[in-house]
Amino acid sequence: MSGITQALNNHHKLCDDNFADAEEAAHKGDWTACAATYGKFRDAMLTHFGVEEDILFPAFESNTGMTGGPTQVMRGEHVQMRDLLQQMDAALGRKDADGFGGAAETLLVMMQQHNMKEENILYPMCDQALGEDGELASRIAAGLNA
Amino acid sequence: MQPGLSFEQAPPISVPFRFFLTAPVFGIAAGLLLLWQGPEALISRWTSTALALTHLLAVGFMLQAMCGALLQMLPVAAGANIWQPRRVTHLTHAGLTIGTLLLVAGFLDGQPLLFQIAVPFMTVSLGAFALIVLIALFRTPAQGPTIIALRIAVFGLIVTISLGATLAATFGWQLALPLIELTHVHAAWGLGGWGLLLLAGVAYLVVPMFQLTPPYPVWLTRSFSVALFFLLTAWSITWLPLERPAGVQAALACAAALLVVIFPAVTLRLQGQRRRKITEPTLLFWRVAMICFIAAVLVVIAQQLIAAVDAYDGLPFLLGALLMVGVFMPVISGMLYKIVPFLNWLHLQRIGKPGLVVPNMRQMIAEPRMMMQFRLHLAALVLLLGATLWTPLVYPGGLALIASCVWLEWNLIVGARNFARFSRELETRLAAEQAAA
Repeated sequence: MSGITQALNNHHKLCDDNFADAEEAAHKGDWTACAATYGKFRDAMLTHFGVEEDILFPAFESNTGMTGGPTQVMRGEHVQMRDLLQQMDAALGRKDADGFGGAAETLLVMMQQHNMKEENILYPMCDQALGEDGELASRIAAGLNA
Repeated sequence: MQPGLSFEQAPPISVPFRFFLTAPVFGIAAGLLLLWQGPEALISRWTSTALALTHLLAVGFMLQAMCGALLQMLPVAAGANIWQPRRVTHLTHAGLTIGTLLLVAGFLDGQPLLFQIAVPFMTVSLGAFALIVLIALFRTPAQGPTIIALRIAVFGLIVTISLGATLAATFGWQLALPLIELTHVHAAWGLGGWGLLLLAGVAYLVVPMFQLTPPYPVWLTRSFSVALFFLLTAWSITWLPLERPAGVQAALACAAALLVVIFPAVTLRLQGQRRRKITEPTLLFWRVAMICFIAAVLVVIAQQLIAAVDAYDGLPFLLGALLMVGVFMPVISGMLYKIVPFLNWLHLQRIGKPGLVVPNMRQMIAEPRMMMQFRLHLAALVLLLGATLWTPLVYPGGLALIASCVWLEWNLIVGARNFARFSRELETRLAAEQAAA
């Protein structure tokens, strides 16, 4: 798969890796490692949401005129995932392994089904609509690396 | 393609839950039947007890849970919308529940009347379910290996239902049909064509998702379901009374066995490469299932090649225990422990609003409760496999199977009750917030 969303696609895998590290650290009760790895994970997630909401989705919406469609559903799921990240934040603060693990488990399923929908449906639609917009692609890449 | 991407397409939570809460009851009934009949249950696959046991597990437990999960999953994961979902749900659930009771009573009691009722009842209800699902799967704009596997799986279900209805009709109306040949083909399509392909199609999606494994290799997902379909079809034809070279049937059976063993082998390998490092109940259930799967395939190959194995009396019970108690029941339990808590969470999101904390998945069914059922089920599996060597083990095996299914049922009831409790709590909190504002 190529096109403007390739970087976002790859970034999903990075988020997965960071998630696995943070979850493992919390499971072992290593809260120092958890704070570090979870911090990386949360930052990567929030960056990802931001790039989609501020760069990709508006470009797709203005190009296709579809504002109430799939991008709206994805925004709604971002809100739900932000809530779960806040629950993980709070559990990390309390060193509450059950709370952290439960919120992590929920976020994982939510995140995976969300990524599946983006990778299989929304990103291909974006690639089709926005073509080979080099400027957009470099803004996305820059946003993810910021 | 333009599926809505939205969870709004999902059916009400009561749709899948009624199937999930019914399934373990038939598992408990199977355990009770084992205790009642004792070693008699192991004598042959053709006794009324063996037939009743098989259908309690295959239809009562497995098909029940599979249909519930499919009705939930199709609109969300496959973009396939079911025609008249409420009516289809009622009809399918009644067909499975009453149908299983009729069949099992028919086998145990031998009354032709029970089969005369079961045949039209199950053919209409389950046949309608399969046709409606198949149409939905052909109309969805979604593509990919899961959709292809599911289409072939549902076709396999239709073959299974048709042959099952034919077999039941021979009991109901004393028809002179080749029972043994038909039964072999019926069982192969039920377990292989339907069960395994449904399992594979779902695994392509959920194994990478739940454990963060690499995806299934494209060479596997592209060819597995189609290849199995052709091998099963060819093998089924060898049961027709036609002239054919000797050994074709065994060769095709071995080829199919060698093909299907790729699936559990690859799954275990992928799970070994998982990025998610914690060990949780669903992973354990899946791993046990995949190991039993490989063992069952080895037994089938040995059965084709070694006459002494084929002649061994305990073989059908061994294969039945490996495939049903060892493969499908664990996978289904593991899947239910993801589906039920996540559905609870997702449906509760609709009541809540951003900032109002909805309890997480582990608060729906606690993990230690799942682990306890895992241990009980493992005990049931080991004891029932042991019973093929020393038949009195069937008693503790039956007891352990009952314990595992009671525990599963209780865990699911806890999940359903927590849904109701958390719904009330969220509504109260929301009302209080609105009153304060």
